[in-house]
Amino acid sequence: MTEALIAALFVFVLASFTGFEVINKVPPTLHTPLMSGSNAISGIAVLGAIVASGAREWNLSVILGLIAVILATVNVVGGFLVTDRMLQMFKKKANG
Amino acid sequence: MDIGYMSDFLPTGIQLTYLIAASLFILGLKKLGSPATARQGNVVAAVGMLLAIVATMLDQQVLNYEMILLGLAIGSVLGAIAAYKVQMTEMPQMVGLLNGLGGAASALVAVAEFWRLLASSEVVPLDVNISMLLDVLIGGVTFTGSMLAFAKLQGLISGSPITFPLQQPFNASLLIAYLVGGAYLLTAPHNLPVFLGIVVVSLVLGVMFVIPIGGGDMPVVISLLNSFSGLAAAAAGFVVMNNMLIIAGALVGASGIILTEIMCKAMNRSLISVLFSAFGSGGAASGGAGAAGATDKTVRSIDPEEGAMMLGYARSVVIVPGYGMAVAQAQHNIRELADQLERMGVEVKYAIHPVAGRMPGHMNVLLAEANVPYEQLYDMDDINPQFDQTDVALVIGANDVVNPAARSDANSPIFGMPILEVDKAKQTIVIKRGMSTGFAGVDNDLFYKNKTTMLFGSAKDMVAKLVSEVKQL
Repeated sequence: MTEALIAALFVFVLASFTGFEVINKVPPTLHTPLMSGSNAISGIAVLGAIVASGAREWNLSVILGLIAVILATVNVVGGFLVTDRMLQMFKKKANG
Repeated sequence: MDIGYMSDFLPTGIQLTYLIAASLFILGLKKLGSPATARQGNVVAAVGMLLAIVATMLDQQVLNYEMILLGLAIGSVLGAIAAYKVQMTEMPQMVGLLNGLGGAASALVAVAEFWRLLASSEVVPLDVNISMLLDVLIGGVTFTGSMLAFAKLQGLISGSPITFPLQQPFNASLLIAYLVGGAYLLTAPHNLPVFLGIVVVSLVLGVMFVIPIGGGDMPVVISLLNSFSGLAAAAAGFVVMNNMLIIAGALVGASGIILTEIMCKAMNRSLISVLFSAFGSGGAASGGAGAAGATDKTVRSIDPEEGAMMLGYARSVVIVPGYGMAVAQAQHNIRELADQLERMGVEVKYAIHPVAGRMPGHMNVLLAEANVPYEQLYDMDDINPQFDQTDVALVIGANDVVNPAARSDANSPIFGMPILEVDKAKQTIVIKRGMSTGFAGVDNDLFYKNKTTMLFGSAKDMVAKLVSEVKQL
């Protein structure tokens, strides 16, 4: 288990550095879309929620998991769609 | 198909799909950083998310398909409705709300896992235990903190900082309670009351974290909560040992921290000062004093007709929008005014301060909604050298971000904050409802300068009047 933890820590740290490198120097115009887009990505918790609610029998874990599925999905779908709506406005201007 | 073959193939397939999804997230975020590719980037990230969800549904632990699909459907419908109904002016609340839901989901993953371990009386490995405790803390703080930010931005509760006696000692004792409870749980992982106590303390900490922070500091708080929601997801990833959650969470955590840093820099304040100083809480009191002390200074007030003449006969106009524009929803009228002025041969630009409004990029989104071409929007560093050659600077609902005291008065609470130097323009028109102070609670010398004229009234009315007056020129 500790080996898995170490590997996971490597993944976490390397992904953080990747994030810093990739996102640095975003123009202010895109600050809000970047925030709402990355916000949608943080809804990735939905995967954990799906696993948590995966069991067939009903118990509190499954119920909590299902609530988490709903909340995280609102986060994901709402986040991506609202970002698209915003970026669509930005795009419209560039053309006209 | 052969069952044995499937059981070998599936886990590998799921992991490889995660790898693709993680790559799509990174690619999507990269594309989100440039105006030309941003929309595509958002779609790329969304595809990554879809792949990750489909792959997880194939996990052999997942048997409860119908209910999960139902949950996904309910969440999708709610999310879609929210995304299409929300007004652009309500975007800060929307981001806050979605953030909170993500944090809540991450925390619930830890709580659900705790319950599963409790019911099965399995031995809880130390690393899972630590991860659960961190997940509950970060997810819980993200949830209640975001909900409170939502309530403040939506106007459900007062947007000004709320402080009470012994606030810091109270917060410290909460933190100590969390640490003590957490340490106890590491030795006795199946203790339900202590775990529930930890959950409650985390939720209360989220409330205490946002309660002393005022509206003008919201861009920092929203960015920081954005970062937390990512870290919460990463913590949930450690709980269920899922690399996809860890990678996505780390990416979001990093992006939130970058934005937080940009916002702090734009206010020339440290994160610590934003979080703990209850900035602007003395607003009402010192605002009154400022107004009283201002009696020896004179303010020149004009009517829209005069304002229209100044604007219409100028060669160059720079419009400086602030939170007042968002509140009055004046962006469409402003665009109309700019169009009218351009038809008369006036060069119009917009100057955007990084922390104008209530979230990073707030003004840009509103002006984009009003179809203002983004080539006309200038960042602070680009526009400041141009104010010298500007005939009229039109300040609409902005205050602290144009206060020259930030440059000249070492005693001012906003001293050192980079500002838009509208006082260097030949003329400045300020549209404002009254002489009240801005968020920082400090009087603005700009209003008393000889070159400055005030147009008192709501941003929307005044700009509409300017439009009709300019048309008659």
